[in-house]
Amino acid sequence: MLKISNLKVKLEDEDKVILKGLNLAVGRGQVHAIMGPNGSGKSTLSYVLSGKSGYEVTAGTAELSGENMLDLDPEDRAAQGLFLAFQYPVEIPGVGNMTFLRTAVNSQRKARGEQEMSAGDFLKLVRAKAKELKIDAEMLKRPVNVGFSGGEKKRNEILQMALLEPKLCILDETDSGLDVDAMKLVAKGVNALRDGSRSFLVITHYQRLLDYIKPDVVHIMADGKIIKSGGPELALEVEKNGYTELLAEVS
Amino acid sequence: MPVSTNIIDQTEALISSQEMPKTYWDQRIEALSRLRNISLPSKKDEYWKYTDPQVFNNPSVLLTNVVVSDEHLMFRSIDCLRLVFIDGIFDKTSSDSLDDEPVELLWLSSGTKENSFWVSEFYGSLEAESQHRVPRPLAAFNSAFAREGLLLRVFGKVVKPIHIEYVNKSPTADVILHHCVKVEKEASVTLIESGAAAARFNKVIEVDLSVGSSFDHVNVQGTDIEGVVASQLFAKLSSECSLKSFALTMNGALTRHESIIDLVGDNSSAHLAGAAIGGGLFHHDDTVFITHDALACESRQVFKKVLRRGGKGIFQGKILVKPMAQKTDGYQLSQALLLDEESQFLVKPELEIYADDVACSHGSTSGAIDEEALFYLRSRGIPDEKARELLVLAFLAEVFDEIDSAEIAEELVNHLQLYLSGYL
Repeated sequence: MLKISNLKVKLEDEDKVILKGLNLAVGRGQVHAIMGPNGSGKSTLSYVLSGKSGYEVTAGTAELSGENMLDLDPEDRAAQGLFLAFQYPVEIPGVGNMTFLRTAVNSQRKARGEQEMSAGDFLKLVRAKAKELKIDAEMLKRPVNVGFSGGEKKRNEILQMALLEPKLCILDETDSGLDVDAMKLVAKGVNALRDGSRSFLVITHYQRLLDYIKPDVVHIMADGKIIKSGGPELALEVEKNGYTELLAEVS
Repeated sequence: MPVSTNIIDQTEALISSQEMPKTYWDQRIEALSRLRNISLPSKKDEYWKYTDPQVFNNPSVLLTNVVVSDEHLMFRSIDCLRLVFIDGIFDKTSSDSLDDEPVELLWLSSGTKENSFWVSEFYGSLEAESQHRVPRPLAAFNSAFAREGLLLRVFGKVVKPIHIEYVNKSPTADVILHHCVKVEKEASVTLIESGAAAARFNKVIEVDLSVGSSFDHVNVQGTDIEGVVASQLFAKLSSECSLKSFALTMNGALTRHESIIDLVGDNSSAHLAGAAIGGGLFHHDDTVFITHDALACESRQVFKKVLRRGGKGIFQGKILVKPMAQKTDGYQLSQALLLDEESQFLVKPELEIYADDVACSHGSTSGAIDEEALFYLRSRGIPDEKARELLVLAFLAEVFDEIDSAEIAEELVNHLQLYLSGYL
């Protein structure tokens, strides 16, 4: 599904190299977790994959279903099936959440040459999905993420994911700022989207989230590279011993 | 002989050589003498520093041929009383009758009638009063040379909005209109204006509000690229009155939009709002002067502009609170969204306060598109152009919130959306 080869990235405006030859392959239907200390480049990886400006790719490729995405605009990557759940979802005053959701769904359908959804059908779909995530009608009426609590913002991300039905979901520290109940609700929403073909890349600091979203593979990232990969037990090891030991072991 | 006087003479000669309606002649002569006293506007004038008045001063109009647009006709889904002007001339056949409404409608061009005594007193009077504070030469010019205008007296609640639809057919139409509206005690009326009136358009509306009355005003300028417009609203509010005026401007080479509001009765409120969007030659100037001269009145100004490709926006807003005007509540907001580095927003907020128990606030900002928000929208599959359009609409949303009628606001937002989808 996702294949990243020798990816090297620097900041556009500074001579600061962040990703230093990263390799990663996520198979169809798999859940991979990336853990790593602060500053290892985890969030940069999620931004580079989704096409945020400010980064320069100096080498490597990132393929989604065999197609290199790095030259595409963010909206085209989304239409190809990539979705990033933001660590800090952006507040957009003045743009209604419903307008935003419908514009997003129909833009993607249009880009893929599919029929756009009618207002009525869309409303039904949103209501059903929102109910599962305990998002009330009031939240749908408000401007995008404005006045949402931390938990509501993250649930709104998962709602978008559910509506857009991407092939690959990247979750960037979705657990940050959430209490246990909110985290469970978000995890439940994510698990409901696991259907055997959709793939997930879960970026997190803590093993805790992985109790609820069970990964197939865990990667440890440090200094712009994957330094170790393993099964779920690797996350437990990090939780127990921290990164220091792992880093020492590799170097 | 000063150049200005020379121009006024030429203009007078030019207009006199045409069929000038000889109506309200005394008032016109007075206006002309006011104009001679204050002379035509120049870039040296305090309130003309940022907008070059040259195009309004030129008597023999040598306008570049305005591309007459096939304008999308507005407010067709709203039940209105329509009055149509084609190149500044009232078109009775395509207009609705106001006979069944609690109003009296006369025309500037038809001259004095037995029921027009109020016009003789009122025509040009608010314009004349305002000249003591800040010269408004284009308005005096208008009072002297206007060819047509509706003279409307409102006695009760007019339920349907009165919709003046301006149609521009001639690419060189040079139109001067002067409307007078007198809203009697506890009466109310909504006046909508829409469309491109002319290649060069000078318009004055004088509004007199009696105790407990209200006047709602919505003005949508045409979307032609080259038109020049000087639009002046003068209003005087007695006690317990409400005035609301909203303007939407898209394109236009030069728009000077002046609002001069006098709150002379207690507990009245005046709300002014404007949304403007354009680029290139676009030059949009909102100049506001609100005078609080009574107890416990509220005034509110909300103006936003979206500018790109060297478009220029001006906002000059003044609140004057006289010594008597205790408990005044004044608010002023002016903001610009600059879509590129070439665009410019020049702002001059002024507060002049002589009363001590007053709440007055003002704020002004200019900024670019929020890149974080833009990326967020694009990352959901919304194409760049569409995402920018959403953010522009979001920026202007606050101004549309100033409109009371949901159906009018919706019509305006739809109109703006149509414009944006071919614009950004």
